[in-house]
Order: sequence, then structure tokens, then C-alpha cells
Amino acid sequence: MLEKALRGSPGYFAWLVILLALVGLGSICYFRQLMYGLGITGMSRDVSWGLYIAQFTFLVGVAASAVMLVLPYYLHDHKIFGKITILGEFLAVAAVTMCLTFIIVDLGQPFRAFNVILYPTPNSVLFWDMVVLNGYLFLNIFIGWTLISAERKGVAAPKWIKPFIILSIPWAVSIHTVTAFLYAGLPGRHFWLTAIMAPRFLASAFAAGPALLIIFCYILKRFAGFEAGWEAIKSLSKVVAYAMVISVFFVLCEIFTVFYSQIPEHMSHFVYQWVGLMHDDHLYWKFVPWMWACGALAITACVLLIVPQWRNNEAILPWACAAVFFSLWIEKGITLTTTGFIPSPTETITEYTPSLNEIGVTLGVWALGFLVLTILYKVALAVKEISGGEVAH
Amino acid sequence: MDSGRRRFLQIAGLSALGLGAKPVLDAIADNGNQFKVGPKAKLAKRWAMVVDVKKAKDSPEAFKKSIEACHLSHNVLSKWKNPKHEVKWIWQAKFEQAFPGEEHKYLQDYLRDGLKDVHPVLMCNHCDNPPCVRVCPTKATFRRPDGIVVMDYHRCIGCRFCMAACPYGARSLNWVDPKTAIKELGEPVNFPTNREFPERTRGVVEKCTFCSERLAVGLEPACVEASQGCLAFGDLDDPNSPVRKLIKSHFSMRRKAHLGTDPQVYYIL
Repeated sequence: MLEKALRGSPGYFAWLVILLALVGLGSICYFRQLMYGLGITGMSRDVSWGLYIAQFTFLVGVAASAVMLVLPYYLHDHKIFGKITILGEFLAVAAVTMCLTFIIVDLGQPFRAFNVILYPTPNSVLFWDMVVLNGYLFLNIFIGWTLISAERKGVAAPKWIKPFIILSIPWAVSIHTVTAFLYAGLPGRHFWLTAIMAPRFLASAFAAGPALLIIFCYILKRFAGFEAGWEAIKSLSKVVAYAMVISVFFVLCEIFTVFYSQIPEHMSHFVYQWVGLMHDDHLYWKFVPWMWACGALAITACVLLIVPQWRNNEAILPWACAAVFFSLWIEKGITLTTTGFIPSPTETITEYTPSLNEIGVTLGVWALGFLVLTILYKVALAVKEISGGEVAH
Repeated sequence: MDSGRRRFLQIAGLSALGLGAKPVLDAIADNGNQFKVGPKAKLAKRWAMVVDVKKAKDSPEAFKKSIEACHLSHNVLSKWKNPKHEVKWIWQAKFEQAFPGEEHKYLQDYLRDGLKDVHPVLMCNHCDNPPCVRVCPTKATFRRPDGIVVMDYHRCIGCRFCMAACPYGARSLNWVDPKTAIKELGEPVNFPTNREFPERTRGVVEKCTFCSERLAVGLEPACVEASQGCLAFGDLDDPNSPVRKLIKSHFSMRRKAHLGTDPQVYYIL
């Protein structure tokens, strides 16, 4: 079936070439990192996780969001999602691929990665993250491929796939819960030590992922002639609206607890993020512009999504979705991880800026994800073109 | 004849059980002898350290000597071109950095007059309930029965989960190979300073080990030896050990004890 990815318009191949070039660039940057060590990044003794782990955290959310299509379609028979659930499943595959790659490029000793399996350690959340992420990757490849194969043959999907689909629903919740637990169980990292971390992760995931899917539906319509259906997009936009509002609400809950309780070590991280932190007569404020951009985008997105006339406006919706996506990308893909380290446990401040090489590796991994996504979408759409997208799953 | 067959099966079963149990019994019998304990080795039920800052006010160079001794003994570089690549096992820090939240406006007077502004040394606390051990996905960092939290540099994958989990900032990653760091420094550096202790490779985490390698041959930790009596080390389980005597006669505190990590480095201030 993969051969369907080998036929396409010049534009399609040009896109693939661009992605491949970026993957190549990322590989060169990664090779440099392998030869020199993680010291080539902007990370340090104080800020020991950076852009890589932040991208991983954000993308776990994007991967988990497939459930927002699968759940309504399979549990509530929400038929209009029938045509696009496969887009969600394949987006999950691409996103988890990126997640796993980001973890590997973040390791100081990547060749020893299999030690996690050789010496399984159930008390480590990272061990469980490895289990749930690989399980989710397998589930989505397996389900997506089975469904699309059946569609190609013009037959209904086999019945035995249904339990796997049902299993993928709680599994999606698990990947983001476990990823939140990486952060939320560490004593002395006050910024992350909050029981609402997992709910926050889920809410932001169910906003960012479906928002991205809506944007993809617009792109696929424009460039591939794929019609997801306005009703389906409208339905999905409601999911984005609710999830985004809940996500903002959860952040406000954090801010209340932190600032009403007035506990200094809990406040300092938020102060650093939003207005900058004074330390030894120096103001540290590197994240301030990012946070205000994040906040402005979040408010814009909420307004555009809550007002029905704007949400249901075909010209406005993609912009609202882009605002959701970038707002949450700043929150989880840039600031959430690194702010946990600033100030450090010994009340010192080391700021973090990713190095150029680090950004190169990051771009390369994103390009790899988009390459996987493009190929999977190409196959899915080619099959749907032949079958007319009419065959029920 | 039936009983004969049953009897045979019983005996066969028991024999099989006996054969099967042998490796288990061997394992139990061997327990503890997997690594031979040297004749001179210092042994304890619970190793702990006391940092006597009050005493150090009369020997202001003591802690600097301790830091130097530790880093020379463990091949830790003292100078880095890129400060973000720094590795350190033991270092001095201001009171408010060592004990965040315990400082107050007028404490400076005491720190200046009472302690002559001698900064306490910080290091791994060898917690009884170590978060770094809890989070390590490969058991590369583990707690020995005598309480020392150690690292296996050959198993560590460099995920740095332990660095995020440690509330004391005690851990360092080798962001670059130490030899690369020396090259970048561009000046001659004596390295390795101790050929008896392994050098590390890039991409693995390291930290203070309470000098487990020195204890094994009957020596005190390097920092204690160099401390002019300002650091004490011993078995908490032994009421006559130097650490217990100091804790008995002075008020002591521990870093961030409220986090439940049960740190085993005690401070007299």
C-alpha cells in the first residue's frame, strides 16, 4: 500500500524534498552532538532539560488527541467523524514517532537506550513512559493500517479490530498522564509539583491536537482536494473550544493557588515567567515576551472559539486554531519544562537559550514527523479517493 | 503397584525440588560475598556526615581544601571554559542557597559575626529516601545497604531524570568529555589527577559517592581527611561515632528535610 506514496504531483514531491533536506540538516546537527556531547546544546547543570524534552512533552499531547475523534466516532456513533478518524490515528503515529526521537536525541548515551528494557525499573516513571508510548505507537499503526487496508479492498473493517480501537482510548489518556507524572512527582521542583499537571496536560492536548487536525483539513482540501466535511470540522472545533477554555481555566487555578498561598518557592517560577525575576540586582526575564505572546494568543483563541458566529466562520476558524496551537506550543513546547529549573534548587538562576545546533536537531525531528505524516496521509487519501470514502469502518 | 508408582513419583518430585532449590540456596548462602570485602574496609550500618560550619569559622580555608581534595581524588576538573559544562561534587554556597526559606532579614548579622561568613559546603545528601534512585529508569543509581547512594557510570543512559529529581542540585552531567573540556581550556591541566579512580565519558551523570572507593580500603572520605576537623564522618548507628557525638552535643539541621528525602548530611551552624 505504501507504493501509493510514490505517485503524486510535483508539489507533493517538492514538499517531500524540503522535508528530506530538513531531516538531513537535523541529522548533521545530531551527528555533531553525538561527537561533541550534549554540551553543544544550551542546557546546563542547572537547566538540565531543554527544547528536546519540551517538544516531546508537547507532542505527546498532539498524539493523545486522536482520541477526540476515535471516542465520539466509535463510542457515540458520531458518524461525521468517519472520514477523518484515520487522519487522527496517523497524526498520532507521526507525533509519537517524533516523541520517541526527541527522547533519543536527548540522551547523553543514546547507544545505551536499551538499558531501559534490559534493566526494567517499574518505580521509574520513565520506564512506564517508554511502555505506554511504544504501545500507543503500535496501536495506532496497527489500527490505522488495518482500517485503511480494509477500505482499499472495499470491505468492512474486520470485527477483531474493534477491541484494539476501544483500548486505544484509555491508552491515549495514559500516555499524557504518565508524561505529566514525569514532572509532577518530583520533590523540590515546585513549578511542576502540582496534582493538576496531568489534567492540564490532557486539556491542552485535546485543544492543540484537534486544532492541528482542523488546520490539516484546510490544507488537505486546498492541496489534495480532500473534503473532510464542514460539519465534521465544526464538530471538532467545539472540542477545541471546550478543551482550550478548560486548559486556560486550569492554568488560572494554578495561578490562584500559587499567589494566594504566597509560598515563595512556588511563586518564583511564575514571577520569572510573566514579569521576570530579580536576583542579585539583575532582572532575569528571558521568557516574559514568550509568556505574554502565549497569553495573548490564548485569549484571542478563546474569544474566537467561544463566539459561535466566529467559530462557525470558515475564514476565521483556521486562525483561531493556529492561535490555540501556537499558544499551547509556547506553554508546553518551550516554557513549562525549562521554567521548572529556574530558579534552581539552590536558588541560583541560570537562564536557557537553545543553541543553533539544538534548534537544527529539533527542526530535523519535526521534519521527520511531517515526513511520516505526509506519507501516511498520502496513502490514506489515495485509498479514500478510490473507495470514495464511503466504506464504513 | 499403584502405591509403588505414587511413591516413585513422590521421590522423583522431591529430588527435582531439591535440585531446583540448590541454586536458590546457593544464592542465599552466597549473599554478601558477591563482592569481597577487603580486610581494611571501613564498614557501617548507616554512613553519615556532619558539616561543622561553626568550627570552620576558625579555619576558613578548611572547606576549600576539602573541595580541592575531593575533586583531585575523583578526576573532577576545577576549571571550565564554558561554565554551563561544569561538573562538581562538592561546593560552597551562601546560607540562603543551602537552606532556602530558612533565611531572614537579621540572620546576616549572625552569619557575619557568629560564622564569620564561612559558607557551608554542599554535596550529595545520600538520602535515606532518595528521589534520584526512585526515578532512574535503569537502576544506574542505587542505594547501598549502608546508605551510600552510588552511580554506575557504565549503565547510565544520560536521561538526566535524576538531575530533575534531586532537590539539592547535587548531580552533574558530563556535557562534554573531560578531555574535550581540557582542550577547550587551552592551558596545561594535570589530568587525570588520580589514576586509581575511573575517568568518566561524556553523557553520563556523576556525583559525590561518600568516597565509597576509599572506605573500601579503610580510608576516610577525601573531603573529611582534608577538612581540618570541620567535616566528620561515621556510622550513625554507632553512638560513639564522631557524627553521633557531634549531633548529640550540637543543634544540627539538614537541607530541605521537609521534603521527606531524609538527607544524611547534618549541618552545625
